[in-house]
Parts: sequence; structure tokens; C-alpha cells
Amino acid sequence: MLVAVAVFPGTNCEIDTKYAFEKLGQEVVLVFHKEEKLPSGTDLVVLPGGFSYGDYLRSAAIAKFSPIMKAVIEFANNGGKVLGICNGFQMLLEAHLLPGAMKRNANVHFISKFQPLKVINVNNTFLKQCTVGEILNVPIAHGEGSYYIDDAGLKELYANEQVLLTYSDYEGAVDNPNGSVDAIAGICNKAKNVFGLMPHPERAIESILGSDDGVKMLQGFIH
Amino acid sequence: MRVIVNVQLKNGVLDPQGKAVHHALSSLKFNGVNDVRIGKQIILEITETDTNKAKETVTKMCEELLANTVIEDYTIEFPAC
Repeated sequence: MLVAVAVFPGTNCEIDTKYAFEKLGQEVVLVFHKEEKLPSGTDLVVLPGGFSYGDYLRSAAIAKFSPIMKAVIEFANNGGKVLGICNGFQMLLEAHLLPGAMKRNANVHFISKFQPLKVINVNNTFLKQCTVGEILNVPIAHGEGSYYIDDAGLKELYANEQVLLTYSDYEGAVDNPNGSVDAIAGICNKAKNVFGLMPHPERAIESILGSDDGVKMLQGFIH
Repeated sequence: MRVIVNVQLKNGVLDPQGKAVHHALSSLKFNGVNDVRIGKQIILEITETDTNKAKETVTKMCEELLANTVIEDYTIEFPAC
């Protein structure tokens, strides 16, 4: 599988993301934001975490106009698989490839810690190796991760099985670190080819570093 | 011509920064503050001289970039020079 990882000024998770997919045996190409085309034969585009364009104006507000994003949007609209992690999730929201928006965390702090996540839907490429109700231990690191969507949009997310992950405690009860609507941590689009989440599965691929729960998440795209 | 764009979270969307500042004001004994909302002000100097045309262009700027209309409202003002 060929994974294209987009790199913007201020992106800082591209090497971790490359490392994670290479560890899983995949070919990874870093693609600079000024490129107008994705490498031919790209199977998956990853928009990694970081602080693209310094988070100026709003997180990911400027990244969405990068030349490479035009290609990513076209790729996604043609059914190509796209995964947005953290700042990448914010880009997908700003580019309207996913519904909703991000606000500052409810406690106005930058939160960086391991966070249990509850698996809500597995009827999709990304989480097909997980089970509903399973708890995954994955790091979060964000200041603007409070997911917002209006009531009508939320209903639609549930109706189409688009809610993928929620923040929980290790027993599976709701534990909402940032004030997200319904403690939502990750969603997909209606067509189930565009995925976004605030937690960092690429930072949870080795148990010696705290968790390898990210492996089965990323492997969903491979097997 | 100078154009002032104010962007703020929509009514009904919780403003965590406003809440934190409200709390801080209360701690400083500034009582009698019912609510605090924080927004941002974007000041543009543009070459257009026709106010109507400018408003049209700046509205487009707001819709495409300056505001995220999923959660934010904006106002456009032309201050008297």
C-alpha cells in the first residue's frame, strides 16, 4: 500500500506517522504542501498532526487552501481513503470533508496525556479490526479539540454510523476531557472513506511506549 | 478604505475563553458582569473605494476564510475616517 503523508509548515507528526506505517510494512511518501498532485498509486492520504501555519486565525483554517489540499479533496471526492489525525482532523472539518467544527478545549488548557477511547462503530475500513465497546488507550495532545456539531448534524452522524470513537474512562464510562459534543473523539463521512480523530494512533504502536492499540486502528487500512 | 471584521462564536455555542475570563473577573471582585464573550477583530485596508462593492468582497472573505460559519458569526463595519 502507498501512503501519502501531507506536510504543511508547522506539521510535526509526519515522521511519527511515516514510522508507524513503515513499521506496518507499508510504503510511505511525504508530500509537501506546495505539490499540486498526490503520488500516482496513492492508496491512503494521511493529514498528520501539528500546528499547520501556526494555527493562525483558527486551527487548519489556512492549510485548507494549500495546493496539496485541492488534490486531497479531489482524491476524497473520488472515493480515495483519507485519514486526518489531530490537526489533520481539523483540516478535514475546515475543508468540509467532514461535518462540524473544532473549538478551544472546554477548560482552555492544552491537554497532552493518554486517553481511553470507546469504540462506537466498526462498520468501516478504519476500525474494522476493533470491536464495539472496546477500550483503546491512545494519546491525545491538543488545545482545540472540542468537537462541535448542531443537533440535526449529530442525529445524522448517529443515523449513518459516522460516530467512530468517544472519550471514556478505562471502564467505558463517559470521560470528556475537552467538552466535545457527546464526548466525540473521531468520526467519518457518510461515504466512509474520510476519517478524522483527535487522538494519535501513530503514537500508540509500541507497548514499550505505553500502548500499541494504534496498530489495529492503522491496520484497518492495510488488511 | 478601512474595514473592520468582528468574528465571534454564535449565540448558543459555549465560549470557553469567555467563561474563563468571566471567572477571572469575578475572582478580581469585578462583580456585576453577567456574561463575557471573546471574539477577534480583523482590520483590513483595502483598495476598493465603493462601500457596497467592498462589503460584497469582504462578505466573501468571511464566508471562505475569516470565519468558520459552522460555529462563528461575523459583522462587517466601515469606520468613519
